Amino acid sequence: MVATASNTQIRIATIGSVDDGKSTLIGRLLHDSKGIFEDQLSAIGRASKKYGDGSFNLALLTDGLRAEREQGITIDVAYRYFATPNRSFVLADTPGHVQFTRNMVTGASVSDVAIVLVDARHGVVEQTRRHVSIAALLRVSHLVLAVNKMDLVEWREDVFDAIVTDVGAILESIGSRVPLRPIPVSASNGDNVVESSPNTPWYEGPTVLGLLETLDIRADESSAAVLPVQWVNRVHGGSDYRGFAGTLHGGAIRVGDQVVVQSKGITTAVTSVRVAGSPADLAVPGDAIAVELADQVDVGRGDVIVGSGAPAPVVAAHIEADICWLGETDLRVGDRLVLRHLSRDVTGSVVAIGQRLDLGTLTAEDAEVLTLNDIAKVEIALDRPITATTYAQGRVTGSIVAIDPVSNGTVGALMITDAR
Amino acid sequence: MTMFADDTRDVSASRSHLDRLEAEAISIIREVTAGVDSPVLLFSGGKDSAVLLWLAVRAFRPARVPFPVMHVDTGHNFDEVIAYRDALVSEFGLELVVASVQKSIDDGRIADPGPTGSRNRQQAVTLLDAIKEHKFDAAFGGGRRDEDKARAKERILSFRDRTGAWEPRAQRPEPWNVLNPRIAKGEHLRAFPLSNWTELDVWEYIEREQVPLPSIYFSHRREVVHRGGMLLAIGGPVVAEVGEKVSVETVRYRTVGDMSCTGAVRSDATTHREIIDEVAASRITERGATRADDQFSESAMEDRKREGYF
Repeated sequence: MVATASNTQIRIATIGSVDDGKSTLIGRLLHDSKGIFEDQLSAIGRASKKYGDGSFNLALLTDGLRAEREQGITIDVAYRYFATPNRSFVLADTPGHVQFTRNMVTGASVSDVAIVLVDARHGVVEQTRRHVSIAALLRVSHLVLAVNKMDLVEWREDVFDAIVTDVGAILESIGSRVPLRPIPVSASNGDNVVESSPNTPWYEGPTVLGLLETLDIRADESSAAVLPVQWVNRVHGGSDYRGFAGTLHGGAIRVGDQVVVQSKGITTAVTSVRVAGSPADLAVPGDAIAVELADQVDVGRGDVIVGSGAPAPVVAAHIEADICWLGETDLRVGDRLVLRHLSRDVTGSVVAIGQRLDLGTLTAEDAEVLTLNDIAKVEIALDRPITATTYAQGRVTGSIVAIDPVSNGTVGALMITDAR
Repeated sequence: MTMFADDTRDVSASRSHLDRLEAEAISIIREVTAGVDSPVLLFSGGKDSAVLLWLAVRAFRPARVPFPVMHVDTGHNFDEVIAYRDALVSEFGLELVVASVQKSIDDGRIADPGPTGSRNRQQAVTLLDAIKEHKFDAAFGGGRRDEDKARAKERILSFRDRTGAWEPRAQRPEPWNVLNPRIAKGEHLRAFPLSNWTELDVWEYIEREQVPLPSIYFSHRREVVHRGGMLLAIGGPVVAEVGEKVSVETVRYRTVGDMSCTGAVRSDATTHREIIDEVAASRITERGATRADDQFSESAMEDRKREGYF
């Protein structure tokens, strides 16, 4: 596996039900690690007087929209950035309300780690199950369970243990093996967030920050090199340059490599590589590159250049996927969707819907209709083939975004489980 | 100023977090360029737009940047910034569109805030008019989420309806950073390739790449007046009022904007490294330190964005 920057920068999403303390935990992390500027602190102080009981409200650091402050809730993802000497962090604070689940999916889909907040007084609720299920399906590398407001249950270990068991059961029910890292905290008081708490002598693990600084983030699973062509850089005249530009996934590409242009099935070789515009001998996953090819082949946006390595993506017109339905209107068998996969948009028809997750009972049930925020399995027949891996083989090469062909709205997030 | 050499990148496999941010930004620039009919890059002459332009050059090299750059000109410019803009445009062979706030005032599209008033807010009207006139359907901006709490909420692609307004409650989800740039006729979008960069990242990238900047970012001596808690440069729209004392100070700028509301900071930093050390040690955000217009109200930025601001 080639080295990447993923262990120096880590992307984190806070998830969980409304009022369980996600925004407060992020505020506490930033505050105690000196990630808040003085003018921001004084602005929060002023806003705390306006919107609350006057006590300093750390959540106002990320709840930046007027409607959020007025209602005391998070509507959309807020992104915050801070660094310690060991790592830099991108924090996505996602909303807990069920009607804003699409925003939670956005925040969690690119995160290495999800921190699920659970209010110790209320335990696991339906929205906890929904968020934990989605984070697991999105394949975060680690799930940190912050059992919050422990001060309000007298720091009882049995309360903590029961919640850890319940969250473990959610993961088990959907067959996820994501490592679970439970920590008892009080976000508003700071216990076990940056500083170890004297209130939890029975807990010997790290603080939230201590854990985030040391977690080993696995790189995206390696596969064949996959270069979706976004654009062709062309210089006419003297040099006659034709560079097929895109972001590389899965594996490395070198000058001289044999590649196959899909879905056309043409074999050729790489004659030059540019990484971020500069000539290079080698490109690694995550690089924005452009390659020239040996033969005058017809390659354009939407095509995929595949290098050596395994597993290779398959050219497929029939896919099965886990879906998070984010549309305001229902999804039914027979519906037509625009499906954006890598740099290609194809249309497709829903052939079958099944296994909708009942978040009350954590059982899968048959379904013919999906409504907003449902999680289910779906089968889709595509009008044109895509070149894809499963989501387990690659987060980018195995994901599809569904777009409503009439409204142009983004209505679904799909994780491919089978492509043929 | 010289265009960067066709350097060969380090062939080792290790990548820094700046490399990761650079790749993400280039990917966004290419994707939006391919996904819309007529993009434009908003160029203020500030450090963020300088980095944005640099990344656009890298995205398409050795080909030319396949879209024009647009400067929304408040008329309250630092001379150094206009000289810099013109040199850069000529160096990279870019097409420059200038949208003039003064012309919007002359045409009666916006009220004249007076010779000394800030024209920052009025820019939105000029910008939207220019987007309509030139039929642009996407505008790249150098906005970063770490700048302001409303920006922290904005997606990489920000949709604007026929009036140019931003509706924060109806943003499109962007799972896996997959962008959906589809729009209806008359709508347009703003794209923010630097969304995940911090001020420090921008400076470290500028140092690494030796991105050319206007000279006012570096320490220099300048006549200033203290006004509203800020150090404002004397010149253009800024004249000393009765009772104000003009002094010569050693200063530099952390942002570049309308002269009448962009404050200088006292600084001896003359090199990239000295600026990076200063930024890393700062306890105040760049906008908090130097932008009077963001301090009017608690949601100043959100209000302006809803009106069509960047």
